[in-house]
Amino acid sequence: MTLFDFIQLFAKIAVVLGFALTSVPFLVWFERRGSAWMQGRVGPNRVGPFGLLQSVADVLKLFTKESFIPGHVNKFFYVLAPVIALAAPVGALMVIPFGSHVIVFGQKIVLQIAEIDSGLIFLLAFAGLEVYPVILGGWASHNKYTVLGSLRGSSQMVSYEISMGMSILSMLIIYGTFNLQEMVFWQSEKIFGFIPYWGVVVNPIGALIFFIAIFAETNRLPFDLPEGDSEIVGGYHIEYGAMKFGMFFLAEYVAMVMASALISTMFFGGFGLLPGFASLVEFVGTFTSGSPETVQNIQAVFEFVSLLLKVGFFLFVFVWVRWTLPRFRFDQLMDLGWKILFPLSFVNLIVIILVSHFFVK
Amino acid sequence: MATKTVNVSKPYTWSEKIYLLAIVQGLLITLKHFINGFFLRKHNTIMYPEVRREYSDRFRGAHFISIDRNKTENCTACYLCQTVCPAECITIVAGERESAHNPDGVKKEKQPVKFDIDALRCCFCGFCEEACPKDAIKLSGKYEMAITSREEAKYDLVYLKREVKGRG
Repeated sequence: MTLFDFIQLFAKIAVVLGFALTSVPFLVWFERRGSAWMQGRVGPNRVGPFGLLQSVADVLKLFTKESFIPGHVNKFFYVLAPVIALAAPVGALMVIPFGSHVIVFGQKIVLQIAEIDSGLIFLLAFAGLEVYPVILGGWASHNKYTVLGSLRGSSQMVSYEISMGMSILSMLIIYGTFNLQEMVFWQSEKIFGFIPYWGVVVNPIGALIFFIAIFAETNRLPFDLPEGDSEIVGGYHIEYGAMKFGMFFLAEYVAMVMASALISTMFFGGFGLLPGFASLVEFVGTFTSGSPETVQNIQAVFEFVSLLLKVGFFLFVFVWVRWTLPRFRFDQLMDLGWKILFPLSFVNLIVIILVSHFFVK
Repeated sequence: MATKTVNVSKPYTWSEKIYLLAIVQGLLITLKHFINGFFLRKHNTIMYPEVRREYSDRFRGAHFISIDRNKTENCTACYLCQTVCPAECITIVAGERESAHNPDGVKKEKQPVKFDIDALRCCFCGFCEEACPKDAIKLSGKYEMAITSREEAKYDLVYLKREVKGRG
């Protein structure tokens, strides 16, 4: 590995991690203020401009608290759980392409940290790890509430992983590749010249199932069964305090960012330019020398902005849905997962297989 | 007459069963509220310590005893309020007003030596206000009555004779 490779890899990691982690305080702020706006309240607005520093204050408080480990816990797994919780979604982010490529010093840099052909499998493997912190944290805490919470959480996540996997399979059959970069290029065409040929247009049922399943995977409302203030107190992280709780909290939001990035890559054209951005790239290009490299770099910037806008939209939807829908009862959750989404995704998969085998060459 | 039982529950229609339409409707409602809050800055709550709600003049808050232009209390210690009080929170000790302190002549021969109201017992019914022949005891519009000890809940004459503008 040359020095240039090392620097460009480091820069890419810095960009992705930077955006993923710095978006969390803003997300927490938005969750609180957005919920306030949706409920006709004002929300936290005392700390900093518009209350933006509220999450900074919260994190400072978590940092300065004593890092207490209760005496009755299994220390190794107790400490391991929040680490996995944070590492899994961050690892999954590594294969999300955030632009086609830029050309620096005549060298082509693909804007994806891990350029692996089995990108989606890698991503699913890391996303699947998100079950472990729930189980480990709940079990290692030696507490009835945490065990109940982790049981509920793990059974929910495992159930919804099936329908999620089915809808991903149907998209794999359509795209014919595991490589996320190629998936995005597949979606870059247009129907009749103006409708983007996104995965959601090709396979709307799969997109809907995936969208519902991803809510269950990230433990967000309406599927936030691992936590339940009224019946199991805090769920699997009751026994956690200070920054170990902060890591669970951070992980939830990083998982949201990862899920939004995944759904925009698989179903909404990923870093593909939003409608109207292509002319914007040309417009900006007229102010430069117009060499192919500069145009490519400008396009990469706008591709990155497109992905950010799409991810931002889905993050908004996550918050929006949370403050709209009441939560499911556990049996309703299992009914939805096993009796509706599972058969629906299965039928959808078979239809996609048949259509792609007989009608698409 | 025999009672007829009617079952008014209807089975869900197909579109109601898949919930998605209802979810979209709900999302649109919250989006409307979000736009109201975010862009139009319409809130149902207020920024309390800086902004206060306007209450009706009939609001019954902390008690006060009205005073005349000489800063003498209007109360003549007639015990009417103490008698009518259903919570028995008023304790009056009556005394004679010295003529030197009686600039209005014979109007106020008696005065309360002690006038204690136990605000923790008070149910803010306003009967004392209605019973008072001199319009002396009144309930102001003051609603911030938080205290840090039980002793502070005992309103004495000094506190009650505070100057209250209008209904406070």
